[in-house]
Amino acid sequence: MELSGADIFVHCLQDEGVEMVFGYPGGAVLPIYDALYQQDKVQHILVRHEQAATHAADGYARSTGKPGVVLVTSGPGATNAVTGIATAYMDSIPLVVFTGQVPTALIGNDAFQEVDSVGITRPCVKHNFLVKRVEDLAETIKKAFYVATTGRPGPVVVDIPKDVSTQVTEYRYPKRISMRSYNPTVKGHPRQIRKAVELMLEARRPVLYTGGGVVLDKASRALVEFTRLLGFPITNTLMGLGSYPATDRQFLGMLGMHGTYEANMAMHNCDVLVAIGARFDDRVTGNVEKFCPTARIVHVDIDPASISKNVKVDVPIVGAVGQVLREMIKQLKATGRRPDEAALAEWWKQIEEWRAMDCLKYDRDSDQIKPQQVLETLYKVTRGKAYVTSDVGQHQMWAAQFYKFDKPNRWINSGGLGTMGFGFPAAMGVQLAHPDETVVCVTGEGSIQMCIQELSTCLQYGLPVKIVNLNNRYLGMVRQWQEFFYQGRYAMSYMESLPDFVRLAESYGHVGMQITDPADVEPAMKEAMKMKDRLVFMNFLTDPAENVYPMVPAGAGQNEMILV
Amino acid sequence: MENEAGALSRVAGLFSARGYNIESLTVAPTEDPSLSRMTLVTRGTDEVIEQITKQLNKLIDVVKLMDMYEGPHIERELMLIKVRAANGGREEVKRLADIFRGRIVDVTDTLYTVELTGDGEKLDAFIAALPQADIIEVVRSGVTGIARGERALRV
Ligand SMILES: Cc1ncc(C[n+]2csc(CCOP(=O)(O)OP(=O)(O)O)c2C)c(N)n1
Repeated sequence: MELSGADIFVHCLQDEGVEMVFGYPGGAVLPIYDALYQQDKVQHILVRHEQAATHAADGYARSTGKPGVVLVTSGPGATNAVTGIATAYMDSIPLVVFTGQVPTALIGNDAFQEVDSVGITRPCVKHNFLVKRVEDLAETIKKAFYVATTGRPGPVVVDIPKDVSTQVTEYRYPKRISMRSYNPTVKGHPRQIRKAVELMLEARRPVLYTGGGVVLDKASRALVEFTRLLGFPITNTLMGLGSYPATDRQFLGMLGMHGTYEANMAMHNCDVLVAIGARFDDRVTGNVEKFCPTARIVHVDIDPASISKNVKVDVPIVGAVGQVLREMIKQLKATGRRPDEAALAEWWKQIEEWRAMDCLKYDRDSDQIKPQQVLETLYKVTRGKAYVTSDVGQHQMWAAQFYKFDKPNRWINSGGLGTMGFGFPAAMGVQLAHPDETVVCVTGEGSIQMCIQELSTCLQYGLPVKIVNLNNRYLGMVRQWQEFFYQGRYAMSYMESLPDFVRLAESYGHVGMQITDPADVEPAMKEAMKMKDRLVFMNFLTDPAENVYPMVPAGAGQNEMILV
Repeated sequence: MENEAGALSRVAGLFSARGYNIESLTVAPTEDPSLSRMTLVTRGTDEVIEQITKQLNKLIDVVKLMDMYEGPHIERELMLIKVRAANGGREEVKRLADIFRGRIVDVTDTLYTVELTGDGEKLDAFIAALPQADIIEVVRSGVTGIARGERALRV
């Protein structure tokens, strides 16, 4: 039977098992919206800004491991989506973003709402397509999902001109697809794995440094088994939190610029570093010249281009981290050997000394609300089980430091691009994917205003997201840098003319709470969490002068932390 | 590479986004019309070349990649050069063209246009040998290359 491009589009999504699309209509996608209207298998979530559509789809993807799907119109619809696409790209999140395009005959004519979507998104997608003929539509959509979800995942844009969605052709959705130019390597080389195992068995001061790749490859179980088997200390990147239980003794906390003292010192002093699904980002390494001066380095990553990009490694292993971990476990067991117990015990003794510095301590007797207290309380009240999204700034770092994630896919933040405005729409995507779970958005008064309009979306779909606004009246992270590195010249970092967030939430039909006294933090939060089916906006007025510690200043080595 | 619209800009975009430098670039369809072959000349340390290789391989449109410098190979570039050739100079240009095995492909009363192929150095040498003031226009195709012996870039 012949179908229109728009109907083909809808069939493809159904056949791909897509349950939800985040989007916003407009001229170029009217035929597609008309087709969506006439079915009920794929739910469409109407956001209030296309940026939020991409972040919501992203949150959906990060919390489920399934690709997020977005549909926006041409021109401004597409450009509004770019921030979210770039955010997903930097964190390797599988998204398929459909953009409408002007009719093929008008492309290149500066037509109304025309923009070169493929050109604009090229540097921030894994791949993109312009569909020129309706005959190519189904196969292109199949390819888009295939590319987005395999290998190192990432966003894929499919640009669909309006006439392609009205033309008709025979529909057939390919079951499988292969592309001669795309063969994501998955299996680690056994000989390299043997070398790595040998190195680990010889190690006297080892550290495991693992990242978002473990979450993306759903390899958390294997990582836990591997880590326990070796008895090595482990640290996670900002993106890797939750892939190893934070409450476990072997866990040193997050590393990097605002990582723990013990994690960064262990990195700096280790003799064998095993990096798994992490990419030696500059926020992790600090000054690369001073990075891990005494270590031999193993690096496991699915993307060969990540290996030896920033830091030269000794044993590169290209492969999916889950498979490589399982193979390492097998080989380790087969050797019957154990790492040097005495050396390890000595190493742990040293690490415990670093840990005893208690680098995350803060003033618990202040008469102002300390942001750390709010996060600790959040952890306690939600019993560590919430899905926590965050925006970007100090609150993000405090959330990463103080909420102990024991499971993967629970901590959702924009690590690579650092996109303010991400947290709240991402929380909507998480909540839609997990209607019965507690979903919290930790944010600041700066970030939340970047996608505040989504309060309306939450009302429409009954999304009971809990917003924890750490309102310090400052773009806190900017203020902190100005205090440290610009002699306290606070240029444009004070947030004046803030709205009354309580009444703002109420005007959108939600519950607003204002918390100003440290003693009220816990009761207020408990009360908010009891409102299972309401969005609650908790506006905590926190100490405006609080800084995030510890800190590795830019240009310093990991052992050169500012402690308090 | 896949012979698709956009493939070239993906490569060019990669080089500019990551700060690599393109010295020359040639591209044309192959005997298989679904594929085109690109020869790109760039410069860098071993680490940079390794990164470039990996990043190029990551592009979905890149089917296969070969670093010519990993083995013996032949490099060729085509140059067309328009030179003032009047009176006494005429003989001199012709003589130089002969020495470099160039061909004169267009003639006027006062000009010669010489066609010359070879590796980059040979073309540079020819340009240097001409009286500089007489050179009117130079057009170079950029380098293409092929490996010697059994080594071949095939899909
Ligand atoms: C879209 C965007 N613009 C600017 C920045 C730079 N930036 C990083 S943190 C920050 C301040 C964030 O302030 P707020 O949301 O109030 O959080 P706080 O640091 O106070 O916790 C800014 C402006 C950014 N990360 N993203």
